[in-house]
Amino acid sequence: MINAIIQGILLGGVYALLACGLSLMFGVMRIINLAHGSLALLGAYMTLLVVEHTSLGSYAALVIVLPGALVVGYVLQRSMLERSRRAGELVPLLTTFGLLIVIGNLLEHFFSPDTQSLPAGGIGTSSLHISSSISIGWFDVLTLAVAVAVIGGLQLMLSRTQFGREIRATSYDADTVELMGVNARAVYARATAIAVATAALAGVFYAMRSAFDPTSGGSELIYAFEAVVIGGLGSLWGTLAGGIVLGVAQTVGAQIDVRYFALAGHVVFLAVLIVRAIALANGIRLWGAASA
Amino acid sequence: MTLLSVENLGARHGLLQAVREMSFEVSEGETLALVGANGAGKTTLLRAIAGAHRPSEGRVVFDGQDITAMPAYNRVRRGIALVPEGRKLFGHMTVEENLRVAGAAHREGRWTVDEVFDTFPLLQPLRGRKAALLSGGEQQATAIGRALMTNPKLLLLDEVSLGLAPNVVQTVYDSVARLIEGGTTIVLVEQDLARALAVASRVICMLEGRLVLEGAASSVTREQVTEAYFGLRGAAA
Repeated sequence: MINAIIQGILLGGVYALLACGLSLMFGVMRIINLAHGSLALLGAYMTLLVVEHTSLGSYAALVIVLPGALVVGYVLQRSMLERSRRAGELVPLLTTFGLLIVIGNLLEHFFSPDTQSLPAGGIGTSSLHISSSISIGWFDVLTLAVAVAVIGGLQLMLSRTQFGREIRATSYDADTVELMGVNARAVYARATAIAVATAALAGVFYAMRSAFDPTSGGSELIYAFEAVVIGGLGSLWGTLAGGIVLGVAQTVGAQIDVRYFALAGHVVFLAVLIVRAIALANGIRLWGAASA
Repeated sequence: MTLLSVENLGARHGLLQAVREMSFEVSEGETLALVGANGAGKTTLLRAIAGAHRPSEGRVVFDGQDITAMPAYNRVRRGIALVPEGRKLFGHMTVEENLRVAGAAHREGRWTVDEVFDTFPLLQPLRGRKAALLSGGEQQATAIGRALMTNPKLLLLDEVSLGLAPNVVQTVYDSVARLIEGGTTIVLVEQDLARALAVASRVICMLEGRLVLEGAASSVTREQVTEAYFGLRGAAA
């Protein structure tokens, strides 16, 4: 059981990484990006493309993929999401759902429906054996460390930099922030660029961890969404906690019966939703905040 | 020298024509008071000048440039700052963070965070407090300080005394008087006629979106303004 909990904490790293961009977009723009998992998957396929056509490995390929993801996010916001956001709360949901389908179909068209995997290098197979029943994979430790670094970096950026202050002010009142000389649309675009880059990074780590195909975006989205909801919408450290809770639930569930891996996570997610609904109805404030 | 020129400006709220054919000028260093009853169109006019409300006709010229189609954030960068009605602070951020957000305007000038705290000493011990937890007067001081942080050439003040206790209003107006002494050009919207006439060099009275009285604050009497305020006269002074 201890090993299951340790593995769950480490697994939570990849979920937290997946979820932090989703959390950022909701915190800043109140947009639930249903294409988030697909954008993560797009990052994985782009990395695959770089790895197959250059001498770069998966990690080095990030030097090309992440700037590309920033550009994709920026253009996506300025061309589609900004218009959708202004059209009402429901429209971004429909737009991003459409995007999810388009990305999935494009990936299937260009990369075939076959299962793929990304090489994780030597670290992917090495582990630290603590006892006969407990061993810790170095790749999982790296994933968790990257998640903590990304979330910590985002939190520092939000709380300590001028851009972070502009993001927080824009998320609070986009009309007033323009009266302070801030271009709210540019802030949204830059925030989306960061969110998509974190999604792509998460997608690469996810793809080095397990096999993927053009339909994997859906499950990536569900895990990211569950981590965000468990940790509290819009709260970055809450997202890390949510990812870890989800990971632990899954690995402990799998310890009981391997078929309960995904189910246990969904049950915890559902339980948190019910607790939150009861708390909301009774005016009780729980963990997590609805602002970045 | 003319800093702001409003020419035949009109603004709507849906079918309602809130501002009609407003024309006036503001010179550098001048303090203009816009007075009028509730619904006279003062706030809409101020927001149209700041770029927060799109005019339906007419134009706004600032510092020699037509800014009618310019977005609000660009107007701030050119030197127009609005202290909006109701303060509109970022309640989840501290006083200091509220001030620093306005650094986005990237305008050179005397106003820095320290300068704002020197001007509004009551804010100094509150710099780390969330804006939502401040009293009305502290919030108003923060809102004015935040606008000053953009180092404006023209400061638009919308109902800065609204909802404040009389002694707090006095404190706020003392700071406004210091800004005027320092040469800041100000357009202020105020319901309190006595206060408006006391600080302004010129006064404009609006009624149902129109200019009904305009004159030097020293030359118009309170009775003239009161009559215009309630629609009892229509001629310019």
